[in-house]
Amino acid sequence: MTDLAQLELDLTNAMHAADTTAALEEVRVAALGKSGSVTTLLKGMGALSPDERRIQGPLINGLRDRLTVALADRKAALEAAELDARLAAETVDLSLPAPPRRKGSVHPTMQAMDEIVSIFAEMGFAVAEGPDIEDDFHNFTALNFPPDHPAREMHDTFFLKPDPETGERKVLRTHTSPVQIRTMHRTNDKPGAPWIASGQEPPIRVIAPGRTFRKDSDATHTPMFHQVEGLVIDRDIHMGHLKWTLETFVARFFELDGVEARFRPHHFPFTEPSAEMDIRCDRSGGELKLNVGDSWMEILGCGMVHPNVLSAAGLDPNEWQGFAFGMGVDRLAMLKYGIPDLRPMFDADVRWLAHFGFSAVQAPSAAAGLS
Amino acid sequence: MKFTLSWLKRHLRTDRSIGQIADAMTMAGLEVEEVIDPTERLKPFSVARIVSAARHPDADRLQVCQVETVDGMKEIVCGAPNARAGLVTIYAPIGAYVPGLGVTLVEKPVRGVVSNGMLCSAAELELDGASDGILDLDSDLKVGTPAADVFGLEPVIDFEVTPNRPDWLGVAGIARDLDAAGQGLLISHQTPSIAGGYASPIRVELQAPELCPVFAGRLIRGLRNGPSPDWLQDRLRSIGLRPINALVDVTNLICYDQARPLHVYDKAKLVGDQIVVRGGQVATDTGEPERLIALDGKTYAPGPRMCVIADAGGERPIGLGGVMGGESTGCDETTTDVFIESAWFDPIATAQTGRQLGITSDAQYRFARGVDTHSAVAGLEQATALILELCGGEASEITVVGTPPAPPAAFDFDPALVERLTGLRLPTVRIHTILSALGFEVAYDNGPWRVTPPTWRRDVHGPADLVEEVARINGFNWLPSTPLPDLGAPTAGVLSPRQSRIRAARRILAGLGWAEAVTWSFTRQDIAEAFGGGSEALVLDNPIASDLDCMRPSVLPNLIQAAARNADRGFADLALFEIGPIYRGDQPGDQRTVIAGLVAPHAPRRWDGDTGDDLFGLKSDLFVLLETLGVSTSALQLVQGHTSTWWHPGQSARLQLGPKTVIAEFGAIHPGALKTLDADGPMLGFEIDVEALPQSKARATKARSRLDLSTLMPLSRDFAFVVNAGLAAGDLTRAVAGSDKQLISDVRVFDVYTGTGVPDGQKSLAVEVTIQPRNATLTEAEIDALSDRIVAAAAKLGASLRG
Repeated sequence: MTDLAQLELDLTNAMHAADTTAALEEVRVAALGKSGSVTTLLKGMGALSPDERRIQGPLINGLRDRLTVALADRKAALEAAELDARLAAETVDLSLPAPPRRKGSVHPTMQAMDEIVSIFAEMGFAVAEGPDIEDDFHNFTALNFPPDHPAREMHDTFFLKPDPETGERKVLRTHTSPVQIRTMHRTNDKPGAPWIASGQEPPIRVIAPGRTFRKDSDATHTPMFHQVEGLVIDRDIHMGHLKWTLETFVARFFELDGVEARFRPHHFPFTEPSAEMDIRCDRSGGELKLNVGDSWMEILGCGMVHPNVLSAAGLDPNEWQGFAFGMGVDRLAMLKYGIPDLRPMFDADVRWLAHFGFSAVQAPSAAAGLS
Repeated sequence: MKFTLSWLKRHLRTDRSIGQIADAMTMAGLEVEEVIDPTERLKPFSVARIVSAARHPDADRLQVCQVETVDGMKEIVCGAPNARAGLVTIYAPIGAYVPGLGVTLVEKPVRGVVSNGMLCSAAELELDGASDGILDLDSDLKVGTPAADVFGLEPVIDFEVTPNRPDWLGVAGIARDLDAAGQGLLISHQTPSIAGGYASPIRVELQAPELCPVFAGRLIRGLRNGPSPDWLQDRLRSIGLRPINALVDVTNLICYDQARPLHVYDKAKLVGDQIVVRGGQVATDTGEPERLIALDGKTYAPGPRMCVIADAGGERPIGLGGVMGGESTGCDETTTDVFIESAWFDPIATAQTGRQLGITSDAQYRFARGVDTHSAVAGLEQATALILELCGGEASEITVVGTPPAPPAAFDFDPALVERLTGLRLPTVRIHTILSALGFEVAYDNGPWRVTPPTWRRDVHGPADLVEEVARINGFNWLPSTPLPDLGAPTAGVLSPRQSRIRAARRILAGLGWAEAVTWSFTRQDIAEAFGGGSEALVLDNPIASDLDCMRPSVLPNLIQAAARNADRGFADLALFEIGPIYRGDQPGDQRTVIAGLVAPHAPRRWDGDTGDDLFGLKSDLFVLLETLGVSTSALQLVQGHTSTWWHPGQSARLQLGPKTVIAEFGAIHPGALKTLDADGPMLGFEIDVEALPQSKARATKARSRLDLSTLMPLSRDFAFVVNAGLAAGDLTRAVAGSDKQLISDVRVFDVYTGTGVPDGQKSLAVEVTIQPRNATLTEAEIDALSDRIVAAAAKLGASLRG
C-alpha cells in the first residue's frame, strides 16, 4: 500500500470515528487545515519534478476532492443526527392542559330573540323599543282597557309606589303592546331618549322585543319574561295577511317546511277580531313533536288592531287598519331548543348556560340558517 | 265554567257528541280546557242483586253472597252489615279498579272462600253520600245497568270564559253561540209570567242607584222548603255544586243556566218590612265601619263604594249586594216565606268590592263581568215558577225599583267591512244570519245596516265587534292566507346602529369566553342603594318577594349574586355578562341599556406556574369589545380614583370621553359591596353605558379611505424613565406619543420597576416607542432629535431618563 492510500484509509477511519460535528471538524483541520496532512502534500507538490507532479498531482488532488465530499456528507449526517437528538430532547408533553380559557355562550332567550328579529327583518319589520316602566295610558288605557276593567286584574300588574305629588302609579309593562302606541302616536312630546319609539306615519311594520313583567311566579310563570310584539298598519291590511305572516314566521322559526297551525277566536281588549294561534303537536312520551299528533299548543295571541286603539294613538280607524301580535320569547326558546323548565332561564347557573347556550358564531344569517 | 251535555240539551237540540261540541266551542272562542268524564272510572261497575246471603263459615262479620250480576251468578264475600238477600247494589268484577280504595280487584280467597268480585259502597266509587255499608239502590233497577246511568253521571265540559262574554256563564248563552255555529237548534223557553195574588209587603228603597240601578223582588209565602228533587241535585252535582235546599238550589240553577244571579231572604228573619240598597256606612260617632257576617261565615266591613243591602230601616246590613248574602237572613229548611231579589249591580263596583274584601262568589263573578241588564224580571219569574213547582206557596206581585242601564246603542254597519278586515268573502245573507242567530237586531233599507246588540252583549260597541262575531262563527279556518305586500327587502338592514351594536356585543363577549345571563330587572332596595339607586320612585308597591322590591340601578349586583349562587353550588370560576336595562328613575328616558360583565377569578392552578392577570385580562376584553363596537379606545380618557363607591378605589377606572360622558367603569368590586351581597371575592367587573357610547358617524358610502402603507421599515427605540410612583403609565405614554404624532405610531410600557437603583417614591417605566418613517429613512441625527423631543415631553411630567 502506498503512503497516500494509507493516509486516505486513516483519514476515512478518523472521519467515521468522529461522532460529533466538532470531532469531525478536528479531522477536517488535521487533513485539510493550513497545516493538515493533505494540505502539506498539496503544498509539497511544488517541490516535485514535473514528471512526478504529473503522476502525484492527480492522486493528491483526487484524495483532496474525495475527502472534501466525504467530510461534507459526514457533516450533514452528523448534523441531522444532532438535530434529531436536540429535538428529541425538546419533547414537550402536549397532553398537558393549555392555559384555561372560559367558554362563552349566548343565552337561549337572546338567541331566540335574534332569530325572531332576523326572520321579521326579512319581511321588512323594523325594531321598535319602549320603556319597561310605563304609564297607565300606554300600558292600558290606550290599549282599550277601560279603567277598573276586570281585564286589568288578569294582568297581575306590578305597580311602583304612587308619586307623592301627583298620585300617579307607574306600572311595569305587562306586555310589549305599549310600544304599539308609542310607534303610532305622533305627539309633540319628545320620547325621553333616542332609543324609544316615537310616532311615525303609516305604513308601519315593526316588531318590539323586550322585557315584560307580571306578578306571577310558579313552575310556568316568572315575574319577568320576554315578549316580541308585532304591528302592521296600512290602508288594506287584513286578517289574511296576519295569518300568512304568522304562518310564515312559525315555519321559519321552527325551521320546518310548514307548520300546521290553527287560529282560534279569543279576546284581547286591544284587538278586534282577536285570535290565538295554536300549532299541532304531540306531547306523548314527554317529548314534544311538532306537526304531528292530536294536541294543539297555543303559541301566541294576535288580531286586528282595535279601532279604539288606533283612535287613541291618533290614527283614523276609517283610514288605517292593521294587525298586531304578541309572543312569549322564553317559551318559544324552550319549545325550539327543548328546554324543560322556565325558571332556570333567569338563574344564571353556569352549567345550565353552558348546556343550553349558543356559541358566538351561531348568529342567525340568511346563508347559514338560524342556529 | 262547567256544564254537561244533557244540561246543554235543555237549550240546544243537537245530535253532536260531546267531543264535537267541545271542538266547535273551541273554534268559536269558547276555549275548552278539559272534558272531564266521570263515567270513565265507573265503566266496570254495574247494578247487581243479592239473591242470598249466608254467614261466612270462618268469619262472623263476613257474609258469602250469591249475587246476580251482569256476568251471571257470582259468589262474593262481603263485610258490609247491610248485605242481605234482595238488596240491589253495585258490583265490581275481578280486574276492576276501585277508585275509592285505589286498588285493582284480584281473585283471592277471603278466609278460605274465593270472592268473585266486590259489592261497593258510595265511598268506594268516590260518590257523595254517607257510606254505611254497600249501596242500597232502588229495587226496580235492572241488573247490569251501568253505574254511571244509575247516578246520573255524565261528562263535563270545562271551558275558559273570556271576560267580554259574561253571557257564557249561563248554559243558555253557550247554546246560543253553538246554534249560530251550526251545532244544533236553539230551544227557546217561554219566560213564565206569574201573576201575583197580593202586593209584595216588602218595600225596596234604592239609595245608591250608581251601585244598583234596578232591583226587582217579590215574596212567596206559605211554601215548604226542603231538599230539592233528584234531577236538580244531580244537575248541580254534575258541575261540582253542592245542593243545599230547594230555595238556594233554584237560585244556583238559574245562575248557571241563565247567568242570572238571584238572592233569597227568609222573610221571617227580616227586621221590618223595608229593604234598603245603599253604600257601606261608617258610624258617625265612633268612626267604625259597619260589619256584616256573610254566608261564608266571615265578617266583612263594606266601604262606601260597596253595595250593602240592609233592613231594619236601613240600619242592619244583611247582604253585600251582588256579592254575597248575610248569614242573618239566609234560607233554611224552616223557611216558609221567602223574598227573592233579582237586581243588577254595577260591574266595576262589584269587581272592586270583590277585590278589596277578598271575596268571590258565583254572583260576584257574574256581576263583575256584567249581567244582562234587562234580565231582572225574567230571572225573578223563572225562579218563581220553579219555587212554586218545588215548594208550593203563593207569590206576590213583583216590585221593581229603579231602571236598568240603557241597552247597547244601535250603530251603522257596512257588511263589506267583514271582507275589508278579515279577507273573508261571505254572502251578506250569511252575515245577516250569523248576527241574527246571536241575537243582534239587523235593520236595513237600502243604505248601511243598522244593528242593535242584545242587552246581554254589552261588549259590542261598533262595526269591528260585529266583524269578529261573523268571522268567529263562520270559522277562522276559512281565513285566507295572504302574503304581505312586498315592500322590497330592506337595503341596509332594519336595525339602528345602536341595536346592531347591542346584537354584536353579545356575540363578541360570547366569543371572548363570557357566558350570557339574563337576570331580574329587580333587586333588593338596600342593594340598589349600595349600587347608586334605591330611590322611592323605583320601589315596587307590590313586589313578588321582599328581596325583589326595587328596580335595579346596575346589572352588577345581580351578576354578583349569580356568581355567589354558582360558588355555593361548587362552580366558583365564571365570567358572566348581561346586556339589559338599568333604571335611574321612573321616566322613560331614565332607562338605559348597559353591557355588564362580571368575573369571579377562580381559574384552576396551572402546571407552568403562570397565573395570568385577571384584572388586565378583563381590561383587554373590555377594550377589544369597545374597539369592535366601533369605539376608538385611544380617544377615551382612563381616569382612576373617581369611580363609583362599589368599586375598589385603587383597582378601578372610568372610561370617559369627557367628565360628563362616562362610557364605562371597570375594575375590582369593593369588598364592602360584595359583603352587602353575601358574596366572596375577589370579583371583577365592567359596566358599559350603551346610551353614552359615541355614535358611529353615518357615512354616505361604505367605501374605506385610501390605504397608505409605508414602504419604509418601522424602527423601535427603548426609553427607561424614572417618574413619581403616583404617575399613571397612561399619562406618560400619551405624552410620549404626543411628542411627534407623525412619526410615533405606538408607545408601549414593557417594564415597571421599583427597588434598587430607583429612589423611594419613584418608579421606573420602560417604554418601547415604535417609529414609522413617513417619507424617507430617518438619519441618525433625525432619530436623535426625535429622542430629544420624547425625553422633553416626558420631562414635563417630571420624568427623567434612568441613568
